Amino acid sequence: MKYLFDIGGYAIMVREVFKKPTKWRIMKNLILKEIDELIFGSLGILIFISFFIGAVVSIQTAMNLTSDLIPKNLIGFATRQSIILEFAPTFCSVIMAGKVGSFITSSIGTMRVTEQIDALEVMGVNALNYLVFPKIIAMLLYPFIIAVSMYIGIFGGWFAGVFGGFITSADFVEGVTMDFIPFHITYSFIKTFVFAFLLATIPSYHGFYMKGGALEVGKASTTSFVWTSVVIIITNYILTQLLLT
Amino acid sequence: MIEVDDIHKSFGDAHILKGITTTFETGKTNLIIGQSGSGKTVFLKCLLGLFSPTEGKICYDGKQYAELSSSEQRDLRQEMGMVFQGSALFDGLTVEGNVMFPLEMFTNQSKSEMKDRVDAVLKRVNLVDAHHKFPSEISGGMQKRVAIARAIVMNPQYLFCDEPNSGLDPRTAIVIDNLIKEITEEYEITTVINTHDMNSVMQIGEKILFLKDGLKEWEGTKNEIFKTDNEAVTDFVYSSELFKKVRQMYIEERN
Repeated sequence: MKYLFDIGGYAIMVREVFKKPTKWRIMKNLILKEIDELIFGSLGILIFISFFIGAVVSIQTAMNLTSDLIPKNLIGFATRQSIILEFAPTFCSVIMAGKVGSFITSSIGTMRVTEQIDALEVMGVNALNYLVFPKIIAMLLYPFIIAVSMYIGIFGGWFAGVFGGFITSADFVEGVTMDFIPFHITYSFIKTFVFAFLLATIPSYHGFYMKGGALEVGKASTTSFVWTSVVIIITNYILTQLLLT
Repeated sequence: MIEVDDIHKSFGDAHILKGITTTFETGKTNLIIGQSGSGKTVFLKCLLGLFSPTEGKICYDGKQYAELSSSEQRDLRQEMGMVFQGSALFDGLTVEGNVMFPLEMFTNQSKSEMKDRVDAVLKRVNLVDAHHKFPSEISGGMQKRVAIARAIVMNPQYLFCDEPNSGLDPRTAIVIDNLIKEITEEYEITTVINTHDMNSVMQIGEKILFLKDGLKEWEGTKNEIFKTDNEAVTDFVYSSELFKKVRQMYIEERN
């Protein structure tokens, strides 16, 4: 019953976010601030993780190629496919649910606890539009960091493969370009846009409607991470079924 | 003037407000007092429009809140100023940014016009050197002044304060109380203050509403509250040794 209540509450929240917009001259600054915090603030950690995951995918593929009949360029091919199709859009989004999601929940939750949201509502400001809309717009740039993540991940694979002595640079590049299907990039970015919306709104819901004090802010952040991850994983399955089959 | 007619408010099975009828007059500091859990905050939030009453009506200068369209409700809210218990200043904005916030949101004034207005209200609350400080860099008393400045910057018709001097030392509390009273008279606004501080009652209470268990137990002026025989009120008012002594002296003087 509580799940139904939360799903309904989330849908109502999303509708309210787009009602009674805040003045553009204020909204503009809020959006820029959110881009800085949510997008550029996440770039470093995603580059770091992407590089090493790409490297590990490359090494593990190489270690499993025991037959001489299988061409070495499969290492590059497998790295590309796993990075573009799953790692960059999905795995990075789960990481972002922890980093960005808990930040959104705790910052909005703290505003709730300290009555700052009440202050906005008393003034006649649409608090949901003021707080959540800039995050949704900022997250439209999320595909940009996922594109960077794809590039760095494949580079990490190349680095580990070549400098680890598993494959030559030419073979890796041949594998990366082999049987390339451009729609896979489209599929990946469609997923990324959907995940970006979920990453901005689910943590906002948990922060905005939380009740209690500082302890509950922490609990709301944890709950928000769990639910954002769960919804991302389920959505990933549904989108993959719809777009790739 | 705010007229409240038979307000009820329930949360699930919990019946918090059980029928309150009263009037808050313009140009006066109206105090709502009562013990913790008596329904003061819920009542204040109903007055602010943050909670919708389960039954009853609230009229602001003849306009019934529940019957207004959502845009009229928003317009009415812009005529309300609120000072929260914890000040509720926006952490990411400076003192100047906090006070300027309602002007930026709801007016089309130029930056210099807004700055002039902010300077004027900050001067009115005796804060002149804190424009560029953040809320975390100023004292609790200063935060309250900023909250008052933010509440009056739009020239509101109604000012609501939730325990405006809680957490302040007695001297600063008196300064804040006096400031609210002066502003109420100067701007001719209807002020409603939620408090359980008897010093505030003594200092600025022109009309006092005593709530108990979600009901209006007593209503009167600050002079009347010391003469009343209502047991619940006397228990609350004379709960401190200081006020017990004051009452004793008053009775002795009268006899």
